[in-house]
Amino acid sequence: MSITYTFVYFIGSFIVLSIIGFIASWIDRKVTARIQWRVGPPWYQNFADFIKLTAKEVFIPENANKFTFVFAPVLSILGSVISGTILFLVLGKNFGFNGDLILLVYLLALPSLGIILGGSSSGNVLSSVGVSRELKLLLGYELPFICGIIVPAIKSGSTTSLVKILEFQQTNKLIIFSLPGIIGFIISIFAITGKLGFVPFDLAEAEGEISGGVLIEYSGILLGLFKLAKSILLVVGPLFLVILYMGGISFASISSTINGILKYVLILVLIVIIKNTNPRLRIDQAIRFFWGWLTILGILSIILTFVQMYK
Amino acid sequence: MSIKIKALKKSLWVYHLAAGASCNNCDIEILDCLTPRYDIERFGMVLVGSPRHADVLLCTGIVNKKSIERVKHVYQQTAKPCVVVAIGSCACSGGIFRTGYEMAGPLDKVIPVDVYIPGCPPKPEAMLAGIVKFLGKLK
Repeated sequence: MSITYTFVYFIGSFIVLSIIGFIASWIDRKVTARIQWRVGPPWYQNFADFIKLTAKEVFIPENANKFTFVFAPVLSILGSVISGTILFLVLGKNFGFNGDLILLVYLLALPSLGIILGGSSSGNVLSSVGVSRELKLLLGYELPFICGIIVPAIKSGSTTSLVKILEFQQTNKLIIFSLPGIIGFIISIFAITGKLGFVPFDLAEAEGEISGGVLIEYSGILLGLFKLAKSILLVVGPLFLVILYMGGISFASISSTINGILKYVLILVLIVIIKNTNPRLRIDQAIRFFWGWLTILGILSIILTFVQMYK
Repeated sequence: MSIKIKALKKSLWVYHLAAGASCNNCDIEILDCLTPRYDIERFGMVLVGSPRHADVLLCTGIVNKKSIERVKHVYQQTAKPCVVVAIGSCACSGGIFRTGYEMAGPLDKVIPVDVYIPGCPPKPEAMLAGIVKFLGKLK
């Protein structure tokens, strides 16, 4: 695969990911509205939001670190787009390499790191409260997230290649249909919810108490880029779980494509329902939840996987 | 009409600024707009927490001598273009506070106001109608 081809693929997947991301965010807002017995926004809502934000004035605070302040949203968006490109290559071209699973764990941490950098460089007090919470949350959800990733990696014959995990699920049954698989899936759903900053774990942005938290000083196109990165993460996170646990999306025929898209939408709606039926946790409760119950469950599912594999 | 104005009309992010002395009734009526009965998210309006994100400043209550600096500050901090809406009799004209010793002028003496929505308090329907009329005139 040549470098130019990869670059074109990257730009193309950036555009596709943005469009799917905006529609996914619309699904999120619409489902939320229906759960709350409202009508909800029209389908083009997030496109309108983004176009509006590009036209707005950009503030750079006086006591901010200017380079980091501008660079942080770009870092955020790069992390989510590169991980999305890798997933697209795995799904569409069956192209992968040994260890892309581990690479994705690192890349999926970049959006949160971008938010942390941006918030801490903006020089606002409320923003630094948000940064401290986001940092603790990042430490919190990474551990169960990795537990949830190890389960399919062991189950498909101790591999760290996404293509091999997909191949394993084509020949055997899907990983979600086993006991450690379903436990790992539940853990990963919560970890992804934490990554997305959705409601039980939205304490970094808590609009009621710290008025936007980490994003408080951002305006205009920079805010738009952060929103875009969040939207793309809303595609990448569930898609990652579809590949790990549900056998991916196959574009061989129309029915299998629809089947794959339904899997993605199912996970998305599951996350939205979790978001709408839970109150916001305090940071100590969130850490206790991630490092307590979820990690114990995660280690349990890893042990179960080993028992099933080598009994 | 350019696409940016069109996008602005479809996605107004609202920041709620309680300008100073008020009886809080207008604020409660603003929150009513978010309930399922009125649901302003149909029109793309969301309540945001920071004036940097806002397109609309919803101001309630009179401006008093304590809050006048803060109101000016919040207006400066709002990313332009932004719309200022004066909600309730107090913000429009001073209401029952107009002869009070703390009065520092109704809102339009302090910052430029685009839309006036009178009433004590105005109904949520009246607020929606005011904003929709303004959007019709926006070019």
